[in-house]
Amino acid sequence: MKLKIKAASYEIKKSSDAKLLSFLAYFINGVIALFCLIPFIMVVSASFSSEEAIKRFGFSLYPREFTLEAYTTVFKEPMVVLRAYGVTIVLTILGTLAGLFLQTMTAYVLSRKEFEWRNKFSFFFYFTTLFSGGLVPSYILMTRYLGLKDSYLALFLPLLFSVYNLLVMKSYIMGLPESLIDAAKIDGCGEFGTMVKVVIPLLKPAMATVGLFIALAYWNDWYNAMLYIGKESMHPLQYFLYKQVNNIEAYKRIIESQQVSSEAASAMSMPTQSLKMALTVVVTGPIILLYPFVQKYFVQGITIGAVKG
Amino acid sequence: MRKNRKDSAIMKSKNVQLSALKESNAKNTYTKTRRKKQNGFCYKLVKYRVFLLMLLPALLYTLVFSYIPMGGVILAFKKYSYAGGIFNSPWNGLKNFEFFFKSGQALLVTKNTVLYNLLFIAFNTCLQITVAVLLTEVKNKHFKKISQSIMFLPYFISWVIVSVIAFNLLSFDYGVINSIIEKLGGEKINFYTTGTVWPIILTLFGAWKGVGYGSVMYLAAIMGIDTSIYEAASIDGANVFQRIFKITIPLMMPTVVILFLLAVGGIFKGNFDMFYNLVGNNGVLYNYTDVIDTLTFRALISNNDFGMSAAAGLYQSVLCFVTILLVNKLVSIYSKDYTLF
Repeated sequence: MKLKIKAASYEIKKSSDAKLLSFLAYFINGVIALFCLIPFIMVVSASFSSEEAIKRFGFSLYPREFTLEAYTTVFKEPMVVLRAYGVTIVLTILGTLAGLFLQTMTAYVLSRKEFEWRNKFSFFFYFTTLFSGGLVPSYILMTRYLGLKDSYLALFLPLLFSVYNLLVMKSYIMGLPESLIDAAKIDGCGEFGTMVKVVIPLLKPAMATVGLFIALAYWNDWYNAMLYIGKESMHPLQYFLYKQVNNIEAYKRIIESQQVSSEAASAMSMPTQSLKMALTVVVTGPIILLYPFVQKYFVQGITIGAVKG
Repeated sequence: MRKNRKDSAIMKSKNVQLSALKESNAKNTYTKTRRKKQNGFCYKLVKYRVFLLMLLPALLYTLVFSYIPMGGVILAFKKYSYAGGIFNSPWNGLKNFEFFFKSGQALLVTKNTVLYNLLFIAFNTCLQITVAVLLTEVKNKHFKKISQSIMFLPYFISWVIVSVIAFNLLSFDYGVINSIIEKLGGEKINFYTTGTVWPIILTLFGAWKGVGYGSVMYLAAIMGIDTSIYEAASIDGANVFQRIFKITIPLMMPTVVILFLLAVGGIFKGNFDMFYNLVGNNGVLYNYTDVIDTLTFRALISNNDFGMSAAAGLYQSVLCFVTILLVNKLVSIYSKDYTLF
């Protein structure tokens, strides 16, 4: 009788612990997820709000005084935005394809046990993550000795090859059964043929992962454009946004400092705050739409990379 | 006769043996010379020609974009002139370093870089472990998937966009946080002129952007734990919290330690993208937000001070190199499997 009661009370205690934990799990994760989401909603809602509403109420969760004014301003000269889009899209596609090819080929050679020098060459690549020349020598190399200032190559080359991606790719290839490669070689395939016909088709998840890493780096790059690209027509999307946002701020400051009459001010006025937000939405767009589909591959890639990064 | 025959038979067999010995000797010397040839550099160059050809593009790329700039560090000891370039500019001794250290900037940016990184590492590790542990406790698959996806969202956007979002939250006139403070009857804060709040702001934004990405690694570590351990523990009467603190977290420790040490290896690297976009070129905040990377960048781009910028860059590279070696030593003490080289 006593024993039964004890067991029962234990059961209750256990389940209350479990309930508390499960509540905490849902609650804390829910809150963190909300914190991750809300800033995006605010940017979108501000982009649809009228400038007056923002000035009066500040930014908020839902659009007050709904208007498309900011978007019409952004697309007043559609070519400016579309050109930036074009630069980024072309760079991302070419960079991803070339980078994937280069990294797969290198990783393939470095993973072949037959190749006795592979460890020496691996270290040759790996050493660059330990020590680097830093910003100034790279800058001088790019601008002075390679003459890449104001050239699309200055946006293309710096992101083409990364040792981290190489290591991820290598550990994927090492995971393939060696007998497959041997079989291909017995059938008379050369090394390059084996890579293209046998290894690459088996590497789809790795290609997706590393390809996404490269694509994201190209898509989000603004730094190389800031360093090397002066011509506005050549700016990629992110740097275009960076420039526009800073220009809008500067423009606002000029209007405020000149103390122009209120009539002239309203004539010159343009939706500065909502315009910034609309630009941000336009620039963010495709990545946000794409990411639920590609996230799966990122998770795979990170997990592999974590084993040996 | 018989004896003779026997003798000749013995002789014959001896002959056979001898010739066999001779043959094998010849074979031995033959294989020896062949092996010598196989070990020769030129032989291997031919043997591995396809491998080497396939490596060539990456080798050239790394040589040009990584190794040649390494040689460029001599610029830190030169007085750069545009006409002279890296090699023909006059030597400047240690003057660039002298300037960098005497200006007091070296100490400030080093301190900022290290303290910010320690703050980021501590906060991110705790947050990411919490998220990973709690996510495994969520039984509803949809909730789990959706919340994880949302946490991953910030990882996909650029720091330029994060800076707009930050402005949305922090702006003095229209910012969400100031609106809330005002509604609650408090006094508005001008974040962009108040240095003391930036360690908090930068830590939170860094955590915000990295939480989804970082927690995946810890999730993988938890998934690797043998479930029979949990079953045994629950039979022994462990409650859910004991399960987390006595099993999950201790068994995650290898991953935690490795990731921690890897992060420590980069302790002298500032996240330029983050600092430059969130803070901007805001002189008021330099004392609180300037890191080695932003200083190097400013010296190069805004002030055209190639020498000082190169000196700061070399100083950073050397510090990074030494910490990575130290960390690798520590990792090898902890576990040989995880050493970097």
